[in-house]
Amino acid sequence: MSMTEKPLLDIKALRIRVGAVDILKGVDLTLRPGRLAALVGESGSGKTMLARAILKLLPPGVRISGGDITLAGEAIVPASDRKMRTLRGPVAGMVFQEPMVSLNPAMTIGAQLAEALRRHTDLSRDEIRTRAIEMLRRVRIADPESCLTSYPHQFSGGMRQRIMLASVMLLRPKLLIADEPTTALDTLSQREVLDIMVQLARDAGTAVLLITHNLGLVARYTSEMTVLRNGVLIESGPTADLIAGAKDPYTRELVAAARRAESLAEPCDAEAGRLISADNVAVRYRGRSDTAVSGVSLAISRGETVALVGGSGSGKTSLGRALIGLAPLERGSVSFLGERLSAETNQIGRTMRLACQMVFQDPYSSLDPHRRIGTIIAEPLRHAQDLSNDQKRQRVEEVMRDVGLTGLDRRYPHELSGGQRQRVAIARAIVRHPAFVVADEPVSALDMTIQAQVLALIASLQKRYGFACLFISHDLSAVRQIAHRIIVMDSGKVVEEGPTRRILDAPEHAYTRSLIEAAPGIDVPARPVASRQLERTVP
Amino acid sequence: MLRYAASRLGMTLITLLLVAVTVFILIRIIPGDAAQLMLGESANQQQLEILRQRWGLDQPWPLQFLYWIGGVLTGDLGVSTRTGQAVLPLILDRFAVSSIIVLVAVALAALIAIPAGIVAAWKQNSATDLTVVSLATLLLSIPSFWLGLLLLVVFGLKLKWVPVLGYVGFSDDFFRAVSFVILPIVTLALIEAGVLIRMARASAIEVLRLEYVTHARAKGLSERQVLLRHVFPNAFAPTLTLIGLMLGNLLGGIAVLETVFTLPGLGRLLVESIYARDYPVVQGCLLLTAAVFVIVNLIVDLLYPIFDPRVSAV
Repeated sequence: MSMTEKPLLDIKALRIRVGAVDILKGVDLTLRPGRLAALVGESGSGKTMLARAILKLLPPGVRISGGDITLAGEAIVPASDRKMRTLRGPVAGMVFQEPMVSLNPAMTIGAQLAEALRRHTDLSRDEIRTRAIEMLRRVRIADPESCLTSYPHQFSGGMRQRIMLASVMLLRPKLLIADEPTTALDTLSQREVLDIMVQLARDAGTAVLLITHNLGLVARYTSEMTVLRNGVLIESGPTADLIAGAKDPYTRELVAAARRAESLAEPCDAEAGRLISADNVAVRYRGRSDTAVSGVSLAISRGETVALVGGSGSGKTSLGRALIGLAPLERGSVSFLGERLSAETNQIGRTMRLACQMVFQDPYSSLDPHRRIGTIIAEPLRHAQDLSNDQKRQRVEEVMRDVGLTGLDRRYPHELSGGQRQRVAIARAIVRHPAFVVADEPVSALDMTIQAQVLALIASLQKRYGFACLFISHDLSAVRQIAHRIIVMDSGKVVEEGPTRRILDAPEHAYTRSLIEAAPGIDVPARPVASRQLERTVP
Repeated sequence: MLRYAASRLGMTLITLLLVAVTVFILIRIIPGDAAQLMLGESANQQQLEILRQRWGLDQPWPLQFLYWIGGVLTGDLGVSTRTGQAVLPLILDRFAVSSIIVLVAVALAALIAIPAGIVAAWKQNSATDLTVVSLATLLLSIPSFWLGLLLLVVFGLKLKWVPVLGYVGFSDDFFRAVSFVILPIVTLALIEAGVLIRMARASAIEVLRLEYVTHARAKGLSERQVLLRHVFPNAFAPTLTLIGLMLGNLLGGIAVLETVFTLPGLGRLLVESIYARDYPVVQGCLLLTAAVFVIVNLIVDLLYPIFDPRVSAV
């Protein structure tokens, strides 16, 4: 390959418009065959629309209003639908973000894999089947034959994303557009999916455009990157150069947000005394034969932040919920300020009810869309009989100021951004001045720079109000910033526990090491995945 | 699957027992006396007593109920106090008339409405969509008897394509029977299509937004394949539930339409029997209606996993 070869994808001054508003304002991007490039930007930067424009798959009402796209020598903007259908699949394939809705739930995996091959090749049924099985094996699906007759809901998020990858890579496209392919996955599955993706692309000579807001992934997997913000091209160039020293302040801010290694947590007072403790807690859901949590004991002191870390299905969310009486205990008990929650009754006491709060992962579904922000935040105060209405109003104003939402109390949730909504959820959790807050992946649905702001907010509120926090997360860099102590869970059990620095810098358990290894650190240089991965796949 | 069906059927029996008790009590709470209605104002006390004795109405209610339910269990639903006919063959006969009309009409409505709804969703906010939605809303808001009368006036009186009054059984003269039921079927199909179009369109709009539809397009599939293979099965599942409820409702009789088109259906029989305080017939009709409702919805629940494998009927 010479440096002068023609680019596979060449986008010039692309403008995309919704109604009368330009959401992409003249963006250039080139990608040479077989290369891995990243398109980086936060929500609203226009990166997804740019990706969709390449295949002319823009949602209704969104249109290309200027510029050129050349894909494998074809001019895309003037191309007819018929022409586009011959390009979609064999020339460029696309992998989407949400593993839960990116495969058709009513169709078997086999039928979905066969569809594209039937459309674009003359292969026989048997040949298609053989190829599908071979491809499923390559994306490390354990039993490919039975996978063909299964439905998507029978697989985990990570597996679905790999099946999706298989379905796109079956056609060996020249370009793979991966739109936030792992944002919804935990760190371990994220690593696995991307490693497989890079491997397959390399073998097929496919160029990859990885769209993401995660600079850790960009640093690990790509050689070139383009940064978008509000539809404007900020900067583009070799990934290593931009991460080492970007010219633009926005890129530098993104890099800093991704690096954020310093701890924000105030030293915790060791003498503060125990707040909540769990003794041999087990959780099992009705109708399930396996236990979500099997026999966990832990203790959290006043004002302490303990991170609960593990992959999806490790039981961390169930444990967090069980501690505050939101998931039924099958065994064991929880003590909180002299009150006891036990498996026998599963009744939570009044103190616990009033002094424990929760912040959820998804700020879009955790706020009632029919209520105003002020009402949502005030709700936990309904049971505060010691406060007059004036005092309550004052308290709401105070926390809204604390979380930086002053003046937004008349708004509805849909009028706020994701970061603002999560601030509402946090305000709602602290308005009663709780002693204990369970925060379940509170930042993983947010953009990097917003994540940094929200983490700083939680740390400062904690300093101010002194609540203890169970911070459930699979994001180790967030944990490093905010936690005093880390508890690592796998398959419903605690595998390791200790102070944050000790766990992250000198992990003892193999599972903890694999979590840390998989975490996308920005300062890890892009390295060849090929050789290492091959060792694992070859039987 | 089989165990699920069996346990659902078991629950059905309990439901039906509750229906039986409720129906039995309710019809007796309505003021009025079957014997008085039969013999008229001039009847004397003795004649009334004889009639009541013959129908068993002189017994206490619990005893009457036991007689009746005992009969039901052996397939004997009693005798009509109005006409002296056996109830079971009578209601089955009438049910056959109603059910042919309802089944054909709902099938027809689904065949029109689902494609129309999906196409409207696909072309959301276009002129096509607007036309389909307006038409659906219009159909929804027309009272069924008015549409029925309108069709009768046009096709029966003006054009004289179909007879206006009467009914012939399908076994007697198939083609004449068709000429009698065609207008009621069209009327009912149009009315029900209105609801189904809105439902199919709403479900299809939901589905069209999902990533797997974009994924299907990104594979290079044609729009036809996208709609048929990816949108239709997923949009149909919720519509199926609605069709189940609709069938269950309508099979209980479409009294108004049966009256407009003078058809001997279950709905009309029920209304007439209530007026005459014909207890055995009313009880039989309602029990049959309830049984049909429950069974239709059981069938829908069992079919559902075919269209949405996530809901497995365990």
